[in-house]
Amino acid sequence: MLLGRTANGLYWMNRYIERAENMARLVDAGLRMALTRTQDASEEWNSVLLSAGSDIAFSQKYQDYTAANVSDFLLRDTSNPSSTMSSIETARNNARMVRTALTRETWESINEAWMSLKRMLARPIDERDLPTVLDAIKRETALIRGSFYGTMLRNEIFDFSQLGTYVERADNTARILDVKYYVLLPSLSWVGSTLDNYQWESILRSVSAHRSYRWVYEADYKPTNIADYLILNVRMPRSLTFCYRFLGEHLKFLADDYGERHACHATAEKIQALLKRGSIKDIFDHGLHEFLAEFIRDNTRLGDEIAQDYRFY
Amino acid sequence: MAAFDEMLPEVSGLRRPYEAYDRWLKEQDPARLTQKMQDAERVFRKTGITFAVYGEQEASERLIPFDIVPRILSGQEWRRLTQGIEQRVQALNAFLDDIYHRQEILRAGRVPKDLIARNEAFLPEMIGVRPPAGVYTHIIGVDIVRISENEFYVLEDNARTPSGVSYMLENRETMMQLFPELFQKIKVRPVENYPQLLRQSLAAVRPQSAKGTPTIAVLTPGSYNSAYFEHAFLADQMGVQLVEGQDLRVVDGHVAMRTTEGYKQIDVLYRRVDDAFLDPLTFRPDSALGVPGIMDVYRAGNITIANAPGTGIADDKAIYSYMPEIVEFYTGRKAILGNIPTWRCSEPDSLKYVLEHISELVIKEVHGSGGYGMLVGPAATKKECEAFAKKLQAKPSNYIAQPTLALSTCPILTEKGLSPRHVDLRPYVLVSDRIRIVPGGLTRVALKEGSLVVNSSQGGGTKDTWVLDD
Repeated sequence: MLLGRTANGLYWMNRYIERAENMARLVDAGLRMALTRTQDASEEWNSVLLSAGSDIAFSQKYQDYTAANVSDFLLRDTSNPSSTMSSIETARNNARMVRTALTRETWESINEAWMSLKRMLARPIDERDLPTVLDAIKRETALIRGSFYGTMLRNEIFDFSQLGTYVERADNTARILDVKYYVLLPSLSWVGSTLDNYQWESILRSVSAHRSYRWVYEADYKPTNIADYLILNVRMPRSLTFCYRFLGEHLKFLADDYGERHACHATAEKIQALLKRGSIKDIFDHGLHEFLAEFIRDNTRLGDEIAQDYRFY
Repeated sequence: MAAFDEMLPEVSGLRRPYEAYDRWLKEQDPARLTQKMQDAERVFRKTGITFAVYGEQEASERLIPFDIVPRILSGQEWRRLTQGIEQRVQALNAFLDDIYHRQEILRAGRVPKDLIARNEAFLPEMIGVRPPAGVYTHIIGVDIVRISENEFYVLEDNARTPSGVSYMLENRETMMQLFPELFQKIKVRPVENYPQLLRQSLAAVRPQSAKGTPTIAVLTPGSYNSAYFEHAFLADQMGVQLVEGQDLRVVDGHVAMRTTEGYKQIDVLYRRVDDAFLDPLTFRPDSALGVPGIMDVYRAGNITIANAPGTGIADDKAIYSYMPEIVEFYTGRKAILGNIPTWRCSEPDSLKYVLEHISELVIKEVHGSGGYGMLVGPAATKKECEAFAKKLQAKPSNYIAQPTLALSTCPILTEKGLSPRHVDLRPYVLVSDRIRIVPGGLTRVALKEGSLVVNSSQGGGTKDTWVLDD
């Protein structure tokens, strides 16, 4: 038996842990672009902010799209509710609320991540230290994930946690693609200029997939391959298909355990069917942007339905 | 005034309960002990054993300082204490039952009627209500102070929602982690089964309507409450749900919690929410912490609320001064554990005395707790005393006064070695079909040299409390 409020806490705890880490990945990719390109770094930082869904809030506070401003806003600014610091703080508040549902190791890893990041992000980050800080964020969230997978019983508590992780991750990957969908369109860049190559690499870096891409495709960056990898690949842990494979699985566990199916099950199955049926060519024919926009909408709806079906409020 | 030290009284040398510990301590490298002290702090911070301090902005989570020198009681000392405590909690429950029913003690003139009728802690809604199994106060923390080898006094009966038991458990856990060899050398009676005892005790007072194994839950005001860690800890250790008011509602005449599969009935609610917030339909209408309608369910006998609403009348500081009479009235015997002499400022003669001797006395608010709103005369400036005297004159019935006692001391480890500090003791008592007392309790220690205030909110710390198996 699980309280609806506890399920809610577990779901959001994991969404925010995922988000804390995704912010670090986005800044990492932006930093790489800014380092490898001499001009127009500000445009790149703008797309980082767009992917993070924080562009409007940022523009209200800053005028210059610099590495220092953007990384400060996305990593340590507590007035930005999605910054790494805010996210880890929200994750910990949720963990505190659902503490009785967590193993001691899991709770302590979250608490320790919060303590260490709070210390590390207390002062503005010197640009030279940025790589170290980004590594530390990824390490802390990896430790949480490790304790979580290593110690938690695979029951409904685990299921609701995973739903949070994969809804957030799917949203993040889809947004990254949507912000840059135009550089993946064949009509604009058939051959692939140096500029495009950077853009493509940046997309892959944002989901830490620039190396694994080569293992899978054994070739240079190609927009259709990149889109295929991030949308349809079953093995790539941040692809939309991968996320929905696990969302489907955990929702099925819940339906079996409780002996009841809900609206969220139908929605998840609809999205899964869409991902299974299509080839990347179909998606491009249909319109990549249209596909992604619809996906983001459906994914958000799934989150709302889960909350409603399982009495989060 | 020289206080009695429980380890090293100046007159008699080392006291027996501390002999084995002292031998061990002398063999220890001081640097290692300092290291252990830091280890302890790290353990507490990592686990998140923190409490919130009201009225401070930044320090929303603080640690209660922990001292690694245990407070040790012999088996014999403990037996005497438990006899006194058992007698006291029996009297408290009998008093509550009487006050909410026939009021014999008022008719006998042993406690003034006014004191009850005009008391905010008295709940008219409880008149004629008999809780399941007839128990009113299920969980009690009796604050005890020591003055000398054989003099123990009760300072306060915490009969509403006493806190701190998680520290008793975590302190022991920490000590066993830090000094495992010590527990092999010295036989200390265990305290770690408290959560099981609490669960058994709560199950034993389930309502008659509960079939089979009763569903128990802990009701917390939420994660921003100062004692949230303890609420979560106890729910976790007992293996029951930790609920908030927003999770609960009345469904078909029962209190039920919102789960992922719909509403599930609760039979026993261990609530850590004050009376006033329990039911917005009966008490404070603005409360979001409670459950609308829970009092109707309670009156219908369909839920056990522990502790029962209205138990505050028994640990009210104005009632406290009548405890010797109360114990004698219901048990037919003299109180084994004495009270500290108390002046009730509502009585004109007492008020006069208190005003004249304000700089020598400890003055407390009748309804206060946690060391807030009190004056420690000897430690206060003249100006503070004068300001307090004004408050006192404005509403005398709001205050009681007690002499400043030479509370016993127990050494703590400081940078310069052992140094005596004042301590008190809060054993935890569980009442259901029988009375269970875990051998130990929470020893609170005033960390500032000479200070008598042990409350954690006022800079107090804690120690592990040992009852020897001798």
